[in-house]
Amino acid sequence: MKRARTAAWIKGVVAIVVSAVVFLVPFVFVVLQASKNPADASNLTFSLPTQWQFFKNLGDVLATNNGIIWRAFVNSAVLTVCSVAIMVVLAAMVGYVLSRKVTRLNPVINFFVLAGLIVPPAVVPTIWLLQGVGLFKTMPGMILIEATFGLSFCILLFRAFVGTIPRELDEAAVLDGAGAIRLFFGVVLPLLRPVIVTVIVVQSVAVFNDFAGPLYFLPGDENATVQQTLYEFQGQNLSFYNLLFMDILLITIPPLVAYIFFNRQIVAGLTSGAVKG
Amino acid sequence: MATTNLAPTALSAGVSTGSKAPRPGTKMKSFYPSWFFIPAVALYVIFFAVPTFASFYFSLTRWDLFESTFIGIGNFVEFFQDPQLLNGFIHTFEYGFATSAAKVILGFFLAVILTSPVVARGYIRAVIFFPVLISTIGVGIMFKSLLDPFHGIVNGVLGVFHLPQPGWFTDPNLALASIAAVDVWKGVGIATLIFMAGIVAIPSEYFEAAKMDGASSWKIIRTITIPLTRPATATVIILSLIGGLRSFDLIWATTGGGPGFTSDVIASVIYKEYQAGFFGLSTAGNVILFIVVTAIMVPLSSFLNRKAVEL
Amino acid sequence: MFIRRTASRAIAALGATALAGIALTGCSAGGSGGSTSNAAITFLAAGNDPASIKTANDLVTGFNKVYPKIKVKVDTRPAGTDGDNLIKTRLSTGTMDDVFFYNSGSLFQALHADTTLQPLTNQPWAKTLTKDFKATVSTSKALYGAPFGSTFDGGVMYNKKVYSQLGLSVPDTWAEFISNSQKIKAAGGITPILASYGDTWTAQLFVLADFANVSAQDPAWAANYTANKAKYVNPPALAGFQDTAQVKSLGLLNKDYASLTNVNALKLLATGKAAQYPMITVTIGNVQQSNPDQVNDIGYFAMPTAGGNSHATVWEAGGAYIPKTTTGGKLTSAEKFLSFMLSPAGCAIQNSASLPAGPYATTNCTVPSNAPALVADEQKYQDAGKTGLALEFISPVKGPNLSQITVQVGSGISTATQGAALYDQDVKKQAQQLNLPGWN
Repeated sequence: MKRARTAAWIKGVVAIVVSAVVFLVPFVFVVLQASKNPADASNLTFSLPTQWQFFKNLGDVLATNNGIIWRAFVNSAVLTVCSVAIMVVLAAMVGYVLSRKVTRLNPVINFFVLAGLIVPPAVVPTIWLLQGVGLFKTMPGMILIEATFGLSFCILLFRAFVGTIPRELDEAAVLDGAGAIRLFFGVVLPLLRPVIVTVIVVQSVAVFNDFAGPLYFLPGDENATVQQTLYEFQGQNLSFYNLLFMDILLITIPPLVAYIFFNRQIVAGLTSGAVKG
Repeated sequence: MATTNLAPTALSAGVSTGSKAPRPGTKMKSFYPSWFFIPAVALYVIFFAVPTFASFYFSLTRWDLFESTFIGIGNFVEFFQDPQLLNGFIHTFEYGFATSAAKVILGFFLAVILTSPVVARGYIRAVIFFPVLISTIGVGIMFKSLLDPFHGIVNGVLGVFHLPQPGWFTDPNLALASIAAVDVWKGVGIATLIFMAGIVAIPSEYFEAAKMDGASSWKIIRTITIPLTRPATATVIILSLIGGLRSFDLIWATTGGGPGFTSDVIASVIYKEYQAGFFGLSTAGNVILFIVVTAIMVPLSSFLNRKAVEL
Repeated sequence: MFIRRTASRAIAALGATALAGIALTGCSAGGSGGSTSNAAITFLAAGNDPASIKTANDLVTGFNKVYPKIKVKVDTRPAGTDGDNLIKTRLSTGTMDDVFFYNSGSLFQALHADTTLQPLTNQPWAKTLTKDFKATVSTSKALYGAPFGSTFDGGVMYNKKVYSQLGLSVPDTWAEFISNSQKIKAAGGITPILASYGDTWTAQLFVLADFANVSAQDPAWAANYTANKAKYVNPPALAGFQDTAQVKSLGLLNKDYASLTNVNALKLLATGKAAQYPMITVTIGNVQQSNPDQVNDIGYFAMPTAGGNSHATVWEAGGAYIPKTTTGGKLTSAEKFLSFMLSPAGCAIQNSASLPAGPYATTNCTVPSNAPALVADEQKYQDAGKTGLALEFISPVKGPNLSQITVQVGSGISTATQGAALYDQDVKKQAQQLNLPGWN
């Protein structure tokens, strides 16, 4: 037992060191860059700032363009939460039925799911369509667009994982008198928690980091999302590297915190695992 | 609610469609209503399928967003005449398969480690996932600096040990491989996460039983973890391969397809055409890319899914 | 195209630093007296970096001193090709801001101005524009743009101190340029010629800035080029590609040529660690930011050419436009905004915003006396009549891959002739897209 524990410790230490070098060095670089003055930062070298001005840069970024970043955070949060909620529920419904009920339509649906992943969205026709239904330049329109673009990915994951939930559970629930809706929302969906969390995390990041979507479908500074703020500090005249990196840092932290929180849910899935329900 | 004694039959029941007794599907069918598809299909058709089909029409036109002239298959002819096309296809396949393979293998082993009792597991999970959260633009700028041939820290460290200091993004022979490595760095977190969800879904009784039998951890991985994470593996392969074959944003953020055209893939060729305002041509390119990726993915996907079912 | 974009950003950047000390008082007041409408408008800035935003906001602040009742809301957009596509998308879907800044020349020509923009031919300021600028923002039917910022030149920016230390004189022929560079190399410690292919657009300079020389040798070249008759693979235009290849093969470049960025190259030039840099003069704005004390150490000469008699290649100012979807009271407000931009008060803001790198495109604005030293060098070419417009202002044909191709040639991956041939093929798509006669 003791030897096993030592081995675990050694493995752990190695893992920590390797992961620190591979993943944290770049992070440290971002922090250092975010603390430099413009001239210093534009050299892009891995060095300590000649003069630390972390908080000055922080203030500058928060104040840029009349504090657009605050509005951007609110917009991004609304967009991310709503669109991910929609896509998770709708995709889970599709993935569930797709996995449980084998019909001749399945290959067709599978093809369209794959097509949704492969074909890049067509910008201009989508704008025409949004204008046609009166949703252009509106948050609800953007939410539906993001939800649609994420559907395929989510359906693929749900379809794969619904299979790991025993059908006997369904039958037991039906014997208990559950209908189709209660069977899905009351029995199956809770058991899908590890996948749901995975989907939420991955898709939240995708929506939160989407730049092109809001740029075209939700124009106007009052509608800015956080990715747009990155462009405030970058371009061919690269004199604002320090602020750019500060912005990268700022907009990376909320999703990181959210991820760490959701991460516990995955760990929770370990103990209250799918099958034990 | 179900109890643990369901576990042993769980997996086989879940995946073997109707090999047992009188097809559980038939009497359960009404409990898997087809109208569950309707909301998703509605969104998909309105916001994705309709605009996409509209755009496919434009692949047959010369289109500058203001006016379109019908030119038949002219764009497709033009696209295939691009002097960089062959290179682009070779790079696309190299990039797609290399990144996908690396993500599957690394992601799997990271997931195995991170679902076993390891010191500082939470920290490592967070750290591996951190790159996923950074926007591609940020990653591009970051690695351009870290891998700068003269001022970057990577070559700085190599120099200390008197190792060669290559121009990661500037050497024509190295550029694409360097981008692929950064892509894996950025994307392995998602693969790990999906594998973790797959491993977590395996009933712990299996592991406990195997441990009782005194199986080595390598044997447990081989006989339990790998076969039982098939759905996760299939998903990771499909997602990462599609992502890799279509990828251009990271390439764009690091080398822009350069130096010259040495790290151009099909998607970046199309993107450049789009940026240059050749909207019909780039739509035609997208149609071709769609056909190529579909030709690879549909057979692969049904193969992987069949495997998962037979298991 | 890339060059133009950089230029407008650099102009804007310059503005941000210079604007700090400028007071905008003293403008004529009460201009809104006779107006019938004060409709609020939106204004799309030239980018979304702090400099562009500040320039836009300063214009609005100045405007509101004259027209306090007209509300102007500033919107921003990404720069570069993302910005190009955004502008086209908004115009084609009828969702453009009431006033927007965009490039003149070939990028303007791609906007289908006759159907998407409001004609400005009858605006009072229209007759103050130079003939060259008018041509770059007009179609055969009407004038559509008001100039913002000054013109500037492309050629070689050099460090005057290095030149005087080594006793060199400004070259006119390519042979003199190479001989100067070899002397600098022999002196040791100083990079003779800077290349910054870390920003790929900078690789185009030997080709693009040589164009006034091509025009001087063959005035009909641009017209023949547009008609699919003249090619880069033949002289005189091939020279630009050959120059790009030669500076590399002679070992005259910095050793980090493949990764160096434009901003850092300018620093090396300003501090005398490097002597010469093929560039557009508008980037002097970056030097103003990074090395304010060395701005006047930097001089300019036109791209040297084999036969001598080198000409300076000139880039025109950017434009401000009003979309067709802006009508009625909004149109009146938008027109007032453009008129203000070209009024004395507006010129003061332009002067501070873009510390001119050349003369203005309107007689309403004049270059201030505190312009950087290289402006005087540019003026010599103007006075001698030895200038010519850049190709993108006299031909709509420009391939999307010139940057990448010149990087290939400049890094020795392909030869000058191969590169030129590749580029001749590259422009075909653009010509066909524009439906130009002679290309199908």
